[in-house]
Amino acid sequence: MPTTYEPIATTTLGSAASSITFSSIPATYTDLRIVFVGNCVSASRYLALTFNADLLTNYSMTYLAGDGTSAVSSRRTNDTVLYSNNYSGSSITIPQMITADVFSYAGATNKTTLFTTASDKNGSGTTDVAVGLWRSTSAITSIALTYVATANIAAGSIATLYGIKNA
Amino acid sequence: MPSTYTLISSNVLTSSAASVTFSAIPSTYTDLVLRMSARTDSAPGNNASYILASINSTTTSGSFTVLSMNSASTAAFSFNATANTNWLGAANGGGSTANTFSNVELYLPSYTASQNKPMSVSSVFENNATAIGSGGPWGAFAELWSNTAAITSIAMTLSGGYNFVSGSSFYLYGIKNS
Repeated sequence: MPTTYEPIATTTLGSAASSITFSSIPATYTDLRIVFVGNCVSASRYLALTFNADLLTNYSMTYLAGDGTSAVSSRRTNDTVLYSNNYSGSSITIPQMITADVFSYAGATNKTTLFTTASDKNGSGTTDVAVGLWRSTSAITSIALTYVATANIAAGSIATLYGIKNA
Repeated sequence: MPSTYTLISSNVLTSSAASVTFSAIPSTYTDLVLRMSARTDSAPGNNASYILASINSTTTSGSFTVLSMNSASTAAFSFNATANTNWLGAANGGGSTANTFSNVELYLPSYTASQNKPMSVSSVFENNATAIGSGGPWGAFAELWSNTAAITSIAMTLSGGYNFVSGSSFYLYGIKNS
């Protein structure tokens, strides 16, 4: 088989921005992976995804997080964006890394995403795993990254979209 | 774009070793992925040891937050530490089921960026036993290396001063984002 795991697009912010968007995503892969390293300009914000500019209440997620003291779990339903995590959130000064694996993104079923968030803040912070659902059978052609509650993504943040083929 | 995910270096042990080091890591990639399958020569009563990583020979720039669960408790638990090496999951110990090795992946993005380095670890270690304290941990680790230098080396040892046994394997991959 040919090798897979191809970079599709990458964005490095030279200045703070409200979002990072990957558009015109080709349908030629099986799964997608987003790798994000960066900050928010405000603390305690959560990186979220929007598929195909859908801002209706079609998103939900369940997460498990550890904060150095306790393990916690909860969920969100009927959201207008897909939260990657929902516990302690961002730091202004310490970058966090978030990966999002979107499975069968071009298929005709609802879309599942697996998130990993590494947000250690040197004495605080969290590690999170979450599963998200976008209730749409449309193929994903665009993904926008934003921080909620609304705040800019900090300058220097990097997001890369990779495509993975299963054959 | 060309596909990425290139093997930089590997080490499959043919005899016990106190440490495994990847040095002279090239700066030509965007992210690093380190995959390990490890077992230790710890005493029969010891089921696991933590894998400790010294990045660029530092020992106090690491911090981490861990989410884990094992058979010592029915609930998941969390702990953290600062001013330390970075902990990269666990390795099966001498007291665990024979011929069984743990499975660890470290994802280290933007390892040459002039900023502190966040990274994630996924670690699984299963032991076919039901007694309290005899089983895994499964763990998700959020790691931070508080240093703005590019990462050029990763040296791994074990808690308790044990050795990695023969058959333990370590693979370092580089990923380019363009």
